Amino acid sequence: MNVTLKVWRQSAGEKGRFERYEARNCNPNMSFLEMLDEVNEDLTNSGKEPIVFEHDCREGICGCCSLVINGEPHGPEYRVASCQTYMRSFKDGDVITIEPFRSKAFPVIKDLLVNRGAFDRIIQAGGFISVSTGSAPDANSIPVPKVSADLSMDAAACIGCGACVAACKNGAAMLFVSAKAAHLNLLPQGLAEKDRRVLAMVGTMDAEGFGSCSNTYACEAACPKGITVDFIAKLNRDYALASVRTKLLGTDVAA
Amino acid sequence: MTLNGNVPSGPLANQWSEYIRHSKLVNPANKRKFEIIVVGTGLAGASAAATLAELGYKVKAYCYHDSPRRAHSVAAQGGINAAKNYQNDGDSVYRLFYDTIKGGDFRARESNVHRLAEVSVNIIDQCAAQGVPFAREYGGTLANRSFGGAQVSRTFYARGQTGQQLLLGAYQALSRQIGLGAVQMFTRHEMLDLIVVNGHAKGIVTRNLADGEIKAHTADAVVLATGGYGNCWNLSTYGRQSNATAAWRAYKKGAFFANPCYVQIHPTCIPRSGDYQSKLTLMSESLRNDGRVWVPKRKEDCGKNPNDIAEADRDYYLERKYPSFGNLAPRDISSRAAKEACDDGRGVGPGGRGVYLDFSEAIQRLGKHKVEERYGNLFDIYKEITGEDAYQVPMRIYPAIHYTMGGLWVDYSLMSNVPGLFVLGEANFSDHGANRLGASALMQGLSDGYFVIPNTINNYLATQKEKRPAADSDAAVRAANEVRDGVKKLLAIKGKRTVSDFHRELGNLMWEKCGMARDKEGLEYALREIPKLREAFWRDVNVTGEGEELNQALEKAGRVADFLELAELVCKDALHREESCGGHFRSEHQTDDGEALRHDDKFAYVAAWEFKGVGTEPDLHQEPLNYEEVKLATRSYK
Ligand SMILES: Cc1cc2nc3c(=O)[nH]c(=O)nc-3n(C[C@H](O)[C@H](O)[C@H](O)COP(=O)(O)OP(=O)(O)OC[C@H]3O[C@@H](n4cnc5c(N)ncnc54)[C@H](O)[C@@H]3O)c2cc1C
Ligand code: FES
Repeated sequence: MNVTLKVWRQSAGEKGRFERYEARNCNPNMSFLEMLDEVNEDLTNSGKEPIVFEHDCREGICGCCSLVINGEPHGPEYRVASCQTYMRSFKDGDVITIEPFRSKAFPVIKDLLVNRGAFDRIIQAGGFISVSTGSAPDANSIPVPKVSADLSMDAAACIGCGACVAACKNGAAMLFVSAKAAHLNLLPQGLAEKDRRVLAMVGTMDAEGFGSCSNTYACEAACPKGITVDFIAKLNRDYALASVRTKLLGTDVAA
Repeated sequence: MTLNGNVPSGPLANQWSEYIRHSKLVNPANKRKFEIIVVGTGLAGASAAATLAELGYKVKAYCYHDSPRRAHSVAAQGGINAAKNYQNDGDSVYRLFYDTIKGGDFRARESNVHRLAEVSVNIIDQCAAQGVPFAREYGGTLANRSFGGAQVSRTFYARGQTGQQLLLGAYQALSRQIGLGAVQMFTRHEMLDLIVVNGHAKGIVTRNLADGEIKAHTADAVVLATGGYGNCWNLSTYGRQSNATAAWRAYKKGAFFANPCYVQIHPTCIPRSGDYQSKLTLMSESLRNDGRVWVPKRKEDCGKNPNDIAEADRDYYLERKYPSFGNLAPRDISSRAAKEACDDGRGVGPGGRGVYLDFSEAIQRLGKHKVEERYGNLFDIYKEITGEDAYQVPMRIYPAIHYTMGGLWVDYSLMSNVPGLFVLGEANFSDHGANRLGASALMQGLSDGYFVIPNTINNYLATQKEKRPAADSDAAVRAANEVRDGVKKLLAIKGKRTVSDFHRELGNLMWEKCGMARDKEGLEYALREIPKLREAFWRDVNVTGEGEELNQALEKAGRVADFLELAELVCKDALHREESCGGHFRSEHQTDDGEALRHDDKFAYVAAWEFKGVGTEPDLHQEPLNYEEVKLATRSYK
């Protein structure tokens, strides 16, 4: 099959534009990224610069790949990452638009590759359990109810790709932040610093320039890992409680 | 030259505690005067960087990803071993030690493996405390499953995403230290050289991948945790970015490379579908707990719908050949058995390069629901890639390059022969001998990072007060300039062939001549072809763009240039090792029934190679493997 691509190209300091390329003789069993690999081979052979896009594992787990395909983060298929999109999802003759994950908090570095460092800074602010190596008790000494462990795992499945932000008209990061908060807050091990965690992560999220959530649920629809907006509701509750408790008890959340 | 592993004396079981007892300590006030560079932030690097910072050292950490959370450790599915004996099924530190030694076909250093088994139990405690959502029983205790090469249930897991969850645990510990200012994190930075001053490792040169800036960074010690070199074969289960550059450039600066020919070919991967293929996807080995491997007994049946092939016409070859381990036979054995079945013309799927992994019996026994709960995400992955529903038809699988047991040589303290250079995780050669058991790499990476390096690096640092060179010292400036020249050279060629084209050709050659089965003739052929290919690369490669910007073609070119040198060493090592052991199968050395034949009298040693120039014969150093606890035996899984 043959398809036409309209690809966003942008170099450092430039405004950016769409360029048209032809992808010929695609095999339906090719992955979308393999199709781009072939286009890049053609571009290189004709002396042009290949299209820059982020990728690594190519099996939907590292969170590198980040393409908006025909207006949808990670493309047309439900619950898969860009790298798990296959050409069998398209038809011969299709015109396919490819853009980066756009958001104020994710500046474009080049072409389809953006800077998602803001996500790391949110985790650095509080997305962890403070337990230094060597200080842990025997793993079975704190039983974790299976339902809690399972729900925590549902939240922890987030791959940090940022599709939720790219899908949101406000550029909110609530799905990402709420998933990390839920992953840790749902476990007995994470309870001790739950309030600090939630306040610090939300504070950093705001400071990084992410928008606010207006409950459109576009994030959940775009998430390759099926993270649910229920976690956002939980985060709102945890945040309200943490704020109240901090006011009453003056817990030190800044340190 | 004979190499010494610097193993502590005394009985095996006491060596690690004795080592710690006699270690030099760095007092807390002095720790912050030492700077440590950690390259790589996968399981091994992130756990090391976090722990060293917790102890009070100043840490600078580097990765080429945009975030430490994306290291390829993230892709590990199946699980992590630990000798907890929570299942009360007879496990112990000794048994994990023994299984690992035996699984490695008696080519690993006993002392390291014993230490690994000892600290395995602390790893699970640490990870559970960090919030790793391990699978649980209804009573709230941890669940286990069994994995290849073991007859006890000692594998801990978090659905099919164990590596991701363990990495997130280490990443979060690292992030905490970054937030506290104890670790300075350099993402999108690729190490392109090691800085050696007076024979000691004292820094690295990096290229900032976002803007192309090349810079020297100095420190009191350098820790490499940069993963394995499986992409030398091009198609593999590794991430597309995984590469050998850090280890290889350290080798060229004097660090020995040990046992490069020991690579693991994983039996259960999705077979390739065409030339455009960029990677091979692993189906976790845990599937072999419930899936049954078979091919048709008759060649004529290979094209048929597998569901129409009668039970009596199927050859469950692993169960037939290895009745006591059956479908859980170790990886090297299972991979070779698949190759044999396909070589015999009984393979299935495109090109006859595939065997069935069948769940119909498990679905009948457990119900579809249970199978879905255990392996649902793997069945989903399979469907995404192949478009087939494995609940209805058996999966098709085929072996693929998966893990490299070889790597930079290290002694018991994980220090290479270059003082001050430590190597952790898959990048070192230390614990898996000639074959790694499933669920043991995650264990080793975290053991090295959380528990070993924090207790060994102090012995080196205690001797190194005020020896850190400045970032603008002669040695550092010279190293950075050499890297700049290397980049310019690549960009100046502007030939006719793409980097990927060379990578593909090298990969095919390595898979054919230095893959699942090797022989003298094939290896000699490869050793003639690789230098020619390398020469063609440096004459005719086309690296587009400039150096002072984000340039993925340039990144890839540097990595493939290194693979083109490493490949030659892999083949040399494979040719010199005139025996079969673990993942290294020399067709000339097999038993009458086709099993690997070791020659302990000649090859019970670690082969550590010293660089002498590109295209020049490397020097071989041998570290004898002295088995004091375990008796060398023929591995049997029958
Ligand atoms: C698909 C798959 C499934 C697996 N499943 C299991 C399993 O179930 N159980 C198990 O025990 N093992 C498993 N393994 C093996 C295991 O995952 C790896 O061996 C292990 O995670 C390697 O960890 P590491 O920290 O050594 O390296 P990696 O996780 O590969 O990390 C390497 C790091 O080094 C950085 N880096 C590399 N080179 C440079 C450079 N030049 N400059 C700067 N940074 C650099 C990278 O950015 C990255 O941060 C699996 C492997 C694969 C591929
Ligand atoms: S490339 Fe890793 S998730 Fe897509």
